[in-house]
Amino acid sequence: MNYIIPVLAGFLSGLIGAMGFGGGGVLIIYLAVFMDTPQLKAQGINLVFFIPCAILATIIYSVKKQIDYKSIIPVTLGGICGAIASSIFLNNIPTDYLSKIFAVFLIFMGVSSILRLKKKK
Amino acid sequence: MSNIMKFLAGLSIGAVNVTLGAGGGMLTVPLYKKMGMSQKESQINAVATILPITIISAVIYIINKSVTISDTYIYLIPGLLGSMVGTFVIKKTSNKILTIVFALFMIWAGLRLFFK
Repeated sequence: MNYIIPVLAGFLSGLIGAMGFGGGGVLIIYLAVFMDTPQLKAQGINLVFFIPCAILATIIYSVKKQIDYKSIIPVTLGGICGAIASSIFLNNIPTDYLSKIFAVFLIFMGVSSILRLKKKK
Repeated sequence: MSNIMKFLAGLSIGAVNVTLGAGGGMLTVPLYKKMGMSQKESQINAVATILPITIISAVIYIINKSVTISDTYIYLIPGLLGSMVGTFVIKKTSNKILTIVFALFMIWAGLRLFFK
């Protein structure tokens, strides 16, 4: 098996993820589009993969005193509750739909980030 | 923005993150900008925000047997390396070029995935 491409996908995903640009997109896109991994498994791989990467990045940012804990705690708590609540539906979404939803989300995020960029100018 | 509004925004971020296995961070960045952080501050704080949410999401996927930890081994070391590089280059890169390149990549990948 060729190791160069998965290693590159992991590196890019960690790089973009640590910069808060949505590195998750990169690994899921690689797995789902190029490797034909089932969508739910691709998403799971990305989630597990991102934990150590995010821990490392958060420690580095924290040491540099760049994290504003006071502002992020309410958002984080909401996020944890939202994740637990929505997970009930997770196994009921057919994997075909899930990849379509993911595709639409990607297109939406891509278009909206270009539009935001334009507005700033 | 009140703490209740922040919590509610967090709810939707968590919902997207667990349903799509990604994307929570990307939604957090514009939220933090609205709360008054700069672009780079927003990106940095989004990573810290999404970490606990991702841990919960990952545990749910593992409990559901959608993924095993060993599935991720091959990506782990390069991912950590990339992550470390990212924390150092974040202040030096041009957001504009990165945003455009990454946005086009997402649109292209989204279209490919949609019509697959």
